[in-house]
Amino acid sequence: MIKLEVNGTVHQVDVPRDMPLLWVLRDELGLTGTKFGCGLGLCGACTVHVDGAETRSCSTDVGAVDGKAITTIEGLAGEKLHPVQQAWLDADVSQCGYCQPGQIMTAAALLARKPHPTDAEIDDAMSGNLCRCGTYARIRTAIHRAAGQGGR
Amino acid sequence: MSLTRRGFLKVGAAVGGGLLVEIHAPRLARAAPPGGARFAPSAFLRIGAEGVTFVCPEVEMGQGVLTGLAMLVAEELEIAPEAMRVVPAPADRAYDNPAFHVQLTGGSTSVKSGFDPLRTAGATAREMLRAAAARRWGVPAEEVVAEDGAVRHPASGKRATYPELAVAAADERAPRHPPLKSGGFKVIGKPLPRLDARPRVDGSGRFGIDVRVPGALVAVVVRSPVPGGQPRTFDAAAAKGVPGVEAVIRIPSGVAVLARGYWQARQGAERLGVAWDDGPGAGLDSAALLAAYREAAGREGRSVASAGDAARALAGAARVVEATYTAPFLAHATMEPQNATAHVTADRCEIWAPTQGPGVAKEIARQLTGLGSGQIVVHTTLVGGGFGRRIPQDYVAEAVRLSREAGRPVKVVWSREDDIRHDLYRPAALHAIRGGLAADGTPVAWSHRVVTQAIIRQAGGDFVAGALPFWVPTAVKRALASAATAWMARTDETAVEGTDHIPYAVPNLSVEFVEQEPGVPVGFWRSVGHSHSAFAVEGFVDELAHAAGKDPYLFRRDLLRGAPRHRAVLELAAARAGWDRPPPPGRFRGIAQHASFGSHTAAVAEVEVQGREIRVRRVVVAFDCGRVVNPNLVSGQLESAVVFGLSAALKQEITFARGRVRQGNFDDYPLLPFDECPAIETHLVPSEEPPSGVGEPGVPPIAPAVANAVFAATGKRLRALPLALPA
Repeated sequence: MIKLEVNGTVHQVDVPRDMPLLWVLRDELGLTGTKFGCGLGLCGACTVHVDGAETRSCSTDVGAVDGKAITTIEGLAGEKLHPVQQAWLDADVSQCGYCQPGQIMTAAALLARKPHPTDAEIDDAMSGNLCRCGTYARIRTAIHRAAGQGGR
Repeated sequence: MSLTRRGFLKVGAAVGGGLLVEIHAPRLARAAPPGGARFAPSAFLRIGAEGVTFVCPEVEMGQGVLTGLAMLVAEELEIAPEAMRVVPAPADRAYDNPAFHVQLTGGSTSVKSGFDPLRTAGATAREMLRAAAARRWGVPAEEVVAEDGAVRHPASGKRATYPELAVAAADERAPRHPPLKSGGFKVIGKPLPRLDARPRVDGSGRFGIDVRVPGALVAVVVRSPVPGGQPRTFDAAAAKGVPGVEAVIRIPSGVAVLARGYWQARQGAERLGVAWDDGPGAGLDSAALLAAYREAAGREGRSVASAGDAARALAGAARVVEATYTAPFLAHATMEPQNATAHVTADRCEIWAPTQGPGVAKEIARQLTGLGSGQIVVHTTLVGGGFGRRIPQDYVAEAVRLSREAGRPVKVVWSREDDIRHDLYRPAALHAIRGGLAADGTPVAWSHRVVTQAIIRQAGGDFVAGALPFWVPTAVKRALASAATAWMARTDETAVEGTDHIPYAVPNLSVEFVEQEPGVPVGFWRSVGHSHSAFAVEGFVDELAHAAGKDPYLFRRDLLRGAPRHRAVLELAAARAGWDRPPPPGRFRGIAQHASFGSHTAAVAEVEVQGREIRVRRVVVAFDCGRVVNPNLVSGQLESAVVFGLSAALKQEITFARGRVRQGNFDDYPLLPFDECPAIETHLVPSEEPPSGVGEPGVPPIAPAVANAVFAATGKRLRALPLALPA
């Protein structure tokens, strides 16, 4: 049995330790906000926070996060949307929206680390998150906007 | 894509117009919308105690159509768009796209097709609500006004909301021609944000891949690495040895492993050890294919456009410029991999799928199950990108077959490798062009051969079958589809579009289509034929300008004297880019324009070249799509098109070796990453012309604008996509 604390709730899951965290979240726990895009950590759609750090859940064995605290897109907001989510709405970022949970999780981790990132720091943080709809320009706008509002 | 209305009228003539009469029947009042509403003046609207609901006939796949079309209804209904609930339409002929006579979203047709019908739907409801209010209050109808979701009688101060009037309005007669606004719009033209953004930021949105049907198994299908190959042997027992794997089922597209979850199914699939009979497809090889296309360019093709006498004018030209442009196969690479969930029982088939064509999905299910229209339900989920990939629905067919075989609900999930290796690709194309210049540099001849596949030869059948009425027997549909498809493929518009209406003033023109059919599965890819033809035409025009010793912008501008909308976007892009001033040090500019889907686009790209690396720093886009319904959404589509176009211009190609696709994931089929996204500026031409396409027309001019900028930077003319400077 593996113990996972996901969005503040503790789960015991009976799965092989080498099962990717992504599929534990999606298929075992029903948390489908975290997306499958490539399976190799190349696109960032599966990004979650493990003890606060952005992590590609598609290429993370669940055994490696046994006992750790995981936050998914479903758990990012408190009573109100997280400032990054709100900035995404304000800048009208999303098109198809499929990659956006991963984009938002990466941006939220960036702003937690660096509340006022430069464009170069945003480039560094965000370039592993692909968007086929090409919403990058609005993502940059949204991150700056969220940073202006405290970002965390 | 552009299987146009014209195309279908042709089909109608070819296969007997009588059958199409039913299809052409007016959409209003053909079907009651779902939900048992009190007042449903059309398939698009229902008004009841719960409020006003707009049933959106087109599929939302990121382009913002749900918001754009809601604005059309809201404008005439006199209600704020955000005050309506907007739901996607179920699969029903009432929601057929008038451009295709199938319920299908594509071809940049949604706003163009919906502009009049949806405003009329709003106006019809508004007039019936007004009539109901006037009757209730015993006042003349002219004295009541509809505004902000309610009807008011200013003289008496009476007011009733639409839901309060719904029951009475249902008894009013529908006006035959309700008046539509010709100006003074309150909603149309406003940069409203997306109405459906929230579920896309909080993780609550349900895409196809997120569908969870109780008792469903997840299926992974192992498909032949070579198109058309068949499994010879496989080890079902080994796959079933993986905990959680419950079944192994052979289907036409491959061998499926069904398990309790995706990961277990994938583990099982890796143990299947399928040995394949590759079949004739094993000979597919990109280098050989390109050589064959080059050779084919020497053969006469079918004429798709001609004016004057191009051969004679070339022979008499002071100078002849000759060039060959090539474009590779391309995958769509939607971020959401292909997937579908189906539950087939003896008397019912339920489908959940990210699809651009719910009507196509329904027809596929009908052909596979033999069930009737009323027994098949298609739930359209959120769609994680379309770009044409989700018009053909091989993945839906897989789910339907597997559920029928397994006797329980099945969700088919493709991996990224499945998606990239088993796509229906943008066809590779070769354009061989010769241009003749007079002594003063004026173009006198343009002779052009397009060598590529006819998408319609492979995809036309689904369209024709889907457009025919549901009751037509499958065998008849197949025969008609086959005949119509062969007929359409002869001069397939999707192969030659963008070459057959060259807007430049060239008096002698010859354009021919040389069809090739190497057996690569092909389909509609955002902007379809325009995606390669603009690269060739706009690159070649640049070459002519250079040969004539003229500025590439002024050369084009002069030759567009008979094409005012082309010329206007070209001038706007050049002005906003500062074409008359030198670019910043180290940067070089290229320009291109292209019309597609009824719209006009021009782009100026600013690039830097260091060694062999091409970095695009700034793209200025000017766009004319007629009346702009929502400038925020249109700009978003143009930004999207720039990034989509740059991915293709700089990074992407699908190649074959021994019949196998050599690429498989984002490491070898890259998307433009965040840090390479240039500054993008979009400028919309104010217009009162009817709306035209938005989703696709931004793509075609991007690659040639960049290639032309690279020429400005290096003097090297790159004529093959993706652009690569020689070592």
